[in-house]
Amino acid sequence: MSFELILFYTASAAALFATVMTITRLNAAHALLYLIASLLAVAVLFYLMGAPFAAGLEVIIYAGAIMVLFVFVIMMLNMGQQTVEQERQWLSFGIWIGPSIICLILLAEVVTLLVNDERMAGARIVSPKVVGALLYGPYLLAVELASMLLLAGLVGAYHLARPLNEKDKKAEAE
Amino acid sequence: MISIPVEHGLLLATILFCLGLLGVLVRRNLIFVLMSMEIMFNAVGLAFISGGSRWHQADGQIMFMLVLTLAAAEVAVGLALVLQLYKRFKTVDIDIVSDMKG
Repeated sequence: MSFELILFYTASAAALFATVMTITRLNAAHALLYLIASLLAVAVLFYLMGAPFAAGLEVIIYAGAIMVLFVFVIMMLNMGQQTVEQERQWLSFGIWIGPSIICLILLAEVVTLLVNDERMAGARIVSPKVVGALLYGPYLLAVELASMLLLAGLVGAYHLARPLNEKDKKAEAE
Repeated sequence: MISIPVEHGLLLATILFCLGLLGVLVRRNLIFVLMSMEIMFNAVGLAFISGGSRWHQADGQIMFMLVLTLAAAEVAVGLALVLQLYKRFKTVDIDIVSDMKG
């Protein structure tokens, strides 16, 4: 079995394990740690499949931006006196071990890949330049539609998350 | 150099998608439902990337980017709904809101 395939199956196993752990956790903060590990494993898979730009986007947008939204909401749902005690309990030492091991395995894979860069640099890699050229060529309309979707998401989120006004409170009381 | 077999990439994407679907069906906490939907989006992106890798085309990555924007918009609206639900019902259990008013 080739060197590349071993890395592929290891990252796949990490992604599957982290995903199973995500959907079986009882605590949302613990599930988020495993979900981030799963997304990082999928980013390594993207890199192995010759899509380095997609791997970067996966780490920056999925594991970065979208997961931060989840963290914000989980923290906002737990306001009160017991919050500090609860966070201390959530972030106890044992919780970190599982996700940390997965992340260390993935880090080792990335380091191995970077060290063996000459071997990996095949013709298979689809460079960001090609992606960008296509994105602003034939796919221009899709980019515009995506921007309108994001605008609609922004307006929708702003509208839905507003504080309850007097009329709503009256309707709630009835 | 042996490239990664596309069947295995698609198989992994299928399993991840099924796990996400299982999460949506089984979990009753709205935050877990949203997380499972993220897993499903991610699995679809993986399928696109492995297809694009098989044919050496950039279209897979472009479709992945569109899935990414869709996931971002979905999660923003979904989490705003979670906040609104918590404000009104003091819970994130989606079975509570299965009854309609009127």
